[in-house]
Amino acid sequence: MATLKEQSKKEQILTGGHRLCAGCGHGIAVRMVLNAAEDPLVIGCATGCLEVATTIYPYTAWRSSFIHNAFENAAATISGVEAAYKSLKKQGKIKDDFKFIAFGGDGGTYDIGLQSLSGAMERGHNIVYVCLDNGAYMNTGIQRSSATPRGADTTTSPVGKVIPGKQQFRKDLTAIMAEHNIPYAAQASPNNWRDLYNKAKKAFEVEGPAFINVMAPCPRGWRYNTPDIADILKLAYETRYWPLYEVENGEWKLNYKPKKYVPVEEWLKLQGRFRHLFRDENRYIIDEIQAEVDRRWEVLLERCGEK
Amino acid sequence: MNKKVALTGNEAVALSMKQINPDVVAAYPITPQTEIVQFFSSFVANGQVDTEFVTVESEHSAMSATVGASAAGARAMTATSANGLALMWEVVYIAASNRLPIVMPVVNRALSAPINIHCDHSDTMGARDSGWIQLYSENSQEAYDNMIQAVRIAEHPDVLLPVMVMMDGFIISHGLENLEVMDDESVKDFVGTYKPDHYLLDIENPITMGPLALFDFYFEVKRQQAEAMKNAKDVILDVAKEYKDLSGREYGLFESYKLDDAEIAIVVMSSAAGTGKYVVDKLREEGKKAGLLKLRVFRPFPHKEIAEALKHIKALAVMDRAESFSDFGGPLFAPIRSALFDVKNDIKVVDYIYGLGGRDIVPPHIEKVFNDLEEIKETGKYDKLVNYLGVRE
Repeated sequence: MATLKEQSKKEQILTGGHRLCAGCGHGIAVRMVLNAAEDPLVIGCATGCLEVATTIYPYTAWRSSFIHNAFENAAATISGVEAAYKSLKKQGKIKDDFKFIAFGGDGGTYDIGLQSLSGAMERGHNIVYVCLDNGAYMNTGIQRSSATPRGADTTTSPVGKVIPGKQQFRKDLTAIMAEHNIPYAAQASPNNWRDLYNKAKKAFEVEGPAFINVMAPCPRGWRYNTPDIADILKLAYETRYWPLYEVENGEWKLNYKPKKYVPVEEWLKLQGRFRHLFRDENRYIIDEIQAEVDRRWEVLLERCGEK
Repeated sequence: MNKKVALTGNEAVALSMKQINPDVVAAYPITPQTEIVQFFSSFVANGQVDTEFVTVESEHSAMSATVGASAAGARAMTATSANGLALMWEVVYIAASNRLPIVMPVVNRALSAPINIHCDHSDTMGARDSGWIQLYSENSQEAYDNMIQAVRIAEHPDVLLPVMVMMDGFIISHGLENLEVMDDESVKDFVGTYKPDHYLLDIENPITMGPLALFDFYFEVKRQQAEAMKNAKDVILDVAKEYKDLSGREYGLFESYKLDDAEIAIVVMSSAAGTGKYVVDKLREEGKKAGLLKLRVFRPFPHKEIAEALKHIKALAVMDRAESFSDFGGPLFAPIRSALFDVKNDIKVVDYIYGLGGRDIVPPHIEKVFNDLEEIKETGKYDKLVNYLGVRE
């Protein structure tokens, strides 16, 4: 495996000069994933921050071929690219080997693009789909998605006099994708770069569809001090809010088990979107979040044969 | 080289697709297009084509995957009808804006609601401003011929726009007709190999497709699309000329039927043109100077040529198989009437909306239209600008 130093010297497919915010998780996650690619790539991308910040005509931040189609169809689009590759290769019209990857945010993946993603996974295309999960529609101005954590203050689940932020717990998309019985599904964090690199490598190597859900914090939406991104990412798996695991050919495996379970409020308190939860009248929501984190962790331990 | 066969419209279109042998087809079933997908699946299953067939989970993904495949450098196709086209909507525009030469047969069917599986043109008329070239076919023969020509039109470097090839749902798609088809080799030679200048799988020249362009560049992109659509007219005619040399069958922007000395005439598209010609023949026998213009190319809209062909007509009826809910006639009426605006003669132009949701259009309906036109010709007056044919009112 390439060391972090070696990776940093590799020519980056996503070049500098893009317009992602300082302290955004997208650029970090994308570079780490793409560092694991060995073959030439075609990159698909859903509408969202990554797309608008990297392809402002007449400029592009991508050294590989890149296609943005619309918001909800990155998976279908890249499946069409892969089908073209298979056809042209079979007919001898192209000679080079390619790999195919699509990126989408949680809005474009959990919500509006779920059908497109599910279809592409079921059809068995040899593609990698990476969800960059920042837990809301950040590009349009921080609206809640089905990936938004319970209690979060967003512009469509605002903290009001009667309703204290988002009412529902988040959808467990990684498990849903694993249940498609694809060869590889994983959940990862850019803070554990070794883990993410390995997962990306496996995703590129397996024959058939692979899915990785990567936590990619948003400084605007989460309201954190930008240098704190690494701590926030780390606490997400130390608190077990964002467990690191993979499902390889149906085999569930826990990649990281914290020695000591850190209370979820340690993760919540670094983020302005949860500030209201620390008021006395809202503390019960933190208890509910903790209970749900514990419940999902137990389910995951069971699936991973850790119990 | 040409062979006479009896095929339904769907069989004829599926055969054309087999002979074109596209690199990728991504499609989803919808009545009355379903058979095209089924026939094509069997060509794939039997190894009769080189096509990678993508069995998508919706029409939205059908168009999305087709865009991906075309952008990647493949000759790519899909097919649809009605609500399927409506679901594709967003990506239909993107395909045209990205200048991807996709060919898509559309079997015309009424849009919901009420849900209805039969023919009208509400589906593709709604897509008229999406930037796609639109070719309408009267019968299976024309659907077959239009499909093959569409590939050359779409991929022409002066055009690079997607093409929709229409035929009427059930009336043509499921009706058995005699037609002439070409041998595989002739079609293969005619369509040639697709060689795009820029494509995703060009390892030496990676490209970015679908970027963000705001007030500084978006307008230029649209202006270029408009220019490509303008260029398409000559390309359509050039391709038709070449196709005639091969097939013996002649195509233009529209067909003029007994128009030269006509005083009253109708403008009609697709299968109803056959009924219209029958009525014109009958009226001619009665000594009436009736004629018909059957529009093949609706996008680009051949306004100058239409005005030239109709300038001597005294009373004209436009036959619309779609409502536009404008209180100013159907989608064919407005541009036809506008095209005649600069013609010096005082042509009376009225609209007849007919056949919605598959309502039958039979010779007495069209005879009534011509009778009305006779009266308008004599009196110079009409009762109603917009009329509904064969409906309970």
